[in-house]
Amino acid sequence: MSATATAATASAASPAYLALNNIEVIYDHVILVLKGVSLQVPKGHIVALLGANGAGKTTTLKTISNLLRAERGEVTKGSVEFEGRRIDQLTPNELVRRGVIQVMEGRHCFAHLTVEENLLTGAYTRTGSRAEIRDSLEKVYEFFPRLKQRRTSQAGYTSGGEQQMTAIGRALMARPSMILLDEPSMGLAPQIVEEIFEIVRNLNQREGVSILLAEQNTMVALRYADFGYILENGRVVMEGEARELASNEDVKEFYLGLAKEGRKSFRDVKHYRRRKRWLA
Amino acid sequence: MQFFFEVLIGGLLSGVLYALVALGFVLIYKASGVFNFAQGAMVFFAALTFVGFQEVLPGWLGVEPGGAAVFWLALILACLAMVVLSIATERIVLRPLVNQPQITLFMATIGLAFFIEGLAQGIWGANVRGLELGIQDEPIAWMAERTGIFISSFDVFAAVVAGVLVAVLAVFFNRTRVGRALRAVADDHQAALSIGIPLQVIWRIVWAVAGFVALVAGLIWGARNGVQFALTFTALKALPVLILGGFESVPGAIVGGLIIGASEKLAEVYLGPMVGGGIDSWFPYFMALLFLLVRPEGLFGERHIDRV
Ligand SMILES: Nc1ncnc2c1ncn2[C@@H]1O[C@H](COP(=O)(O)OP(=O)(O)OP(=O)(O)O)[C@@H](O)[C@H]1O
Ligand SMILES: [Mg+2]
Repeated sequence: MSATATAATASAASPAYLALNNIEVIYDHVILVLKGVSLQVPKGHIVALLGANGAGKTTTLKTISNLLRAERGEVTKGSVEFEGRRIDQLTPNELVRRGVIQVMEGRHCFAHLTVEENLLTGAYTRTGSRAEIRDSLEKVYEFFPRLKQRRTSQAGYTSGGEQQMTAIGRALMARPSMILLDEPSMGLAPQIVEEIFEIVRNLNQREGVSILLAEQNTMVALRYADFGYILENGRVVMEGEARELASNEDVKEFYLGLAKEGRKSFRDVKHYRRRKRWLA
Repeated sequence: MQFFFEVLIGGLLSGVLYALVALGFVLIYKASGVFNFAQGAMVFFAALTFVGFQEVLPGWLGVEPGGAAVFWLALILACLAMVVLSIATERIVLRPLVNQPQITLFMATIGLAFFIEGLAQGIWGANVRGLELGIQDEPIAWMAERTGIFISSFDVFAAVVAGVLVAVLAVFFNRTRVGRALRAVADDHQAALSIGIPLQVIWRIVWAVAGFVALVAGLIWGARNGVQFALTFTALKALPVLILGGFESVPGAIVGGLIIGASEKLAEVYLGPMVGGGIDSWFPYFMALLFLLVRPEGLFGERHIDRV
């Protein structure tokens, strides 16, 4: 497959910054969810992790950020490396200090804290002075001017888009070098999705933050990413340059809901319809 | 009318004590979702430990009992003991039970309550003791002269201490990095974990703060009613306070405490004679029950914000 060939050259050109090698994950001791996932994020790039409901995207991100243990998930095989060193035994606190942070699916803002307080909690792991933290806060407001307007509102009462921005801004306050971004488009209007993706791209280009982006919204994600992996049932089934994936016939067919009979369940078809609306 | 105000103010001031105990419950419940039945036992343990140190310290140091040095040293040691007890509880009892059903945790704290009560009496003995804070429990003279209302200076002292404690806690929760992290954990502990807030450190801090609050409550209650086992039952008055104020609300604990304190005294004085007295032992629970039927989440219970 030509896509795989490019993948090899791409990762040869820029050495892997974050690398998952042959990861296997089991929930509750019996449910095998990831069946040997390998992927790489080169420094300073946006890599998309695509796939349908239940493919294992969130599980993959949680493997990296080590949030699996809190959900009775366990990595039974494989390794995770960041900047050439293994990180699979680090706690989330240690990972955030190293620069790896996850923005969880579904936003998860602290509902009773104000937007600004939410952002400030993101600086928990930092030891810098108050002035430094204020600087970061101003920087976050530059990226998300809307948050500045809503800074004193309780986060629980802000819109979905604002909550997503708060969640990303909160992660930025930790000064990460690698953000694991889980479905930022979930439940948001197409226009807001574009706005958020533009900001994510800005972050990547101006601050050099590397991003691993899990998305169901394939076509939008591929427009902003440099590289993509497609997960199905806990396995990587396709990978390649984002532009090539976007024009790949299989991907188009699959994600426009025109797949061959019997390949997908009814549930899947339903959610392709939803996506089709967004693509229009 | 003077008499009415006297009863009302006396009730409000004693309600401050209920509020202090309720505050300990609220802190732990908010941050870790554990209903800590042992909070009353912690109050008892704190008061007994302070009195116990006051008794033994003069012998250890070879000084006269009753001096300021002994008082402050006993206070510091009791404070340390509470912090150690709280952290040990979190570490030994609650952490292994993380992710267990609520009811399991609740049962664990009931067991813990009996253990702490036994431990306190095992170390310091079971006899009733007085606790002297050096504050007189007498009516404030100028108040009595000007208005004819008799208010104990001790009650006023207790109210001021409680007020200061609440103010300090409010600043801690709203203005400090750890305080904010604590509220973050209370809201969504998964998200807190994801941004690098170490949950166990936070839980330890909450338990330590609750231990400190128990010490303050224990000292004031002990000074008022003597240090005895009955302290643990009086601490259960915090339950109706919580039902009234809401389990997750610091302002609720305070307002609830005041309402329970005031209504209990007023009921005793005005309704008591009709039913033969002793009304204050059950009236708070009766109020709480009524309240539960009308507004189960409590006066200040945090509404679930549904948009999240
Ligand atoms: N805590 C858990 N316990 C047991 N099974 C789980 C748990 N979390 C996820 N799973 C299962 O693991 C599989 C992968 O889930 P995951 O959340 O990683 O998928 P996803 O690709 O992120 O899906 P979505 O697009 O719906 O977010 C699913 O079949 C799911 O049911
Ligand atoms: Mg997911």
